Amino acid sequence: MTYFIQVLIDAISLGSLYALVALAIGLVFGVMRLINFAQADYITIGAYSLVIPTASITPPLLLGALPAVAMVISVVAVVTVLALLTERLAFRPLRSSDPTTLLISSFAVSYFLQSLIILVHGGRPKTVSIGDSLTGAVEMLGVRIPGVQLLTMAVALTLLICLVLFLKKTPMGVQLRAAAEDFQMARLLGVPANKVIAIAFAISGLLGGTISLLFVVQTGTLDIKIGMMPTVYAFFATVIGGIGSLPGAVLGGYIVGIISVLLQSYLPEEMRAFRDAGVFSLVILILLMRPQGLLATKASKERV
Amino acid sequence: MNKSQKKTLEANDIHVDFGGIKALGGVTLTLNSGDVLGLIGPNGAGKTTMVNVLSGFQKPKPGWVKVDGEDVSTLSARKMAQVGIARSFQAARLFRGLTVLQNLVIAGLGIGMSSKAATKQARDILDWMGYRGGHDRQCSALPYSDERRISIARALALQPSFALLDEPASGMNEEECEHLMETIVNIPKHFGCGVMLIEHNMQVIMGVCNRIHVLDGGKSLAEGTPEEVKKDPNVLRAYLGEKNTRDDAVI
Repeated sequence: MTYFIQVLIDAISLGSLYALVALAIGLVFGVMRLINFAQADYITIGAYSLVIPTASITPPLLLGALPAVAMVISVVAVVTVLALLTERLAFRPLRSSDPTTLLISSFAVSYFLQSLIILVHGGRPKTVSIGDSLTGAVEMLGVRIPGVQLLTMAVALTLLICLVLFLKKTPMGVQLRAAAEDFQMARLLGVPANKVIAIAFAISGLLGGTISLLFVVQTGTLDIKIGMMPTVYAFFATVIGGIGSLPGAVLGGYIVGIISVLLQSYLPEEMRAFRDAGVFSLVILILLMRPQGLLATKASKERV
Repeated sequence: MNKSQKKTLEANDIHVDFGGIKALGGVTLTLNSGDVLGLIGPNGAGKTTMVNVLSGFQKPKPGWVKVDGEDVSTLSARKMAQVGIARSFQAARLFRGLTVLQNLVIAGLGIGMSSKAATKQARDILDWMGYRGGHDRQCSALPYSDERRISIARALALQPSFALLDEPASGMNEEECEHLMETIVNIPKHFGCGVMLIEHNMQVIMGVCNRIHVLDGGKSLAEGTPEEVKKDPNVLRAYLGEKNTRDDAVI
């Protein structure tokens, strides 16, 4: 029983991470029909901004050397600015092109950023230790919960609540949701397109920065692919949830994260290597049964 | 929100063709603020295409659209909304994830109102319409007839000079139609704008329009008061066929 609860906490913690990334992808997709694979590199660059660029595999800290609060703020700021820059320079000029062009350009941006990291930091994985105080575990009701996971869940929950409040209660949030649902109609009603899109990217940057920090605290390693796996998982999460639906993205994130951890914990030892195959087969199954996703929107229908 | 000065929306000799198929072949009409102009015609007559032209979704070629003498033919749909031409859609196109009130507030924010003013305006319009379904109800849960009415309300929240309503009564029952007619008749008085109404339901058209423009096969067939149009032999022929075989038609 305690093992199960521990697995469940693992699952919810990972699910929260995926939910955050999925939300970032879903928001941007909603307002400009762009599946932004560069989201992976926002996360990666956030992680690398912690250290000074050197060839060493145990590099000295840069932003990571700052006191905790300043470090969090500066990493999140770096990633947010990066996300806004990619929007302004790469995606905004293509805004009225078809989704295929946008998708290809997001791959281009993603590879560009990856190459940039290799150029600046070198391609070898590195180790970095921040947030050592969080590696201890907290014991509650006989269950040992690693501090990192408590932090992940708390941060994810806080961000989700803040986002929901922003989207539901503020005028800008309401405009953003309207634009995510029916961009053309929203523009017709005078919703400022550039501002709404910039805010969606800023939020995706903010989420990206936070996720990169949580990841580095958890794994203690830097790798140019660090953002890749969560982004791919989150992309599947948005598709399962019904692409364009924000609650769907969150739901999808939790489903993917929870299933992934359950497979990891309960598959026989020799089959655990196939965990990802299991998750992805499930994605295919869900899509076969509900091609429009679990919480479908009208995002795919575009007519006057 | 009363606009006292008279405004005029003119469309002159509008042609539209889709890959060689003529949708509109020279339609000319005028909509004045204060008017309720009905745009009718058999299926495929070009009514929706005409609304698309007037609201900037379709560029006429050739032909022009002017607001108070100023050429707006080349403006995008968004700019058209800014010069005061608002429209509702056949498929209401409400934001289904938002509440009724928020759908109207968005329009108010869009014309530069503060959040507070936009909210007040939204409540006023809903009250004026006699909408009692709950301001905070999510639009995905609205009955069909309310969806239509809210989409009209949202168009009005843009404080337009001209409101183009595309089949607002479709799918409504008799009682709902009555209510809708009352609303539409009062729009020019209350908001000071001109209304153009596309509708298949002749009872609604005859009940609320002071002028009617009839299209057939992409051309203007007749224009006049409801009485004149009802008696026009060309109109009767277009609607009823040469030998009056379809006496179920509704004129």
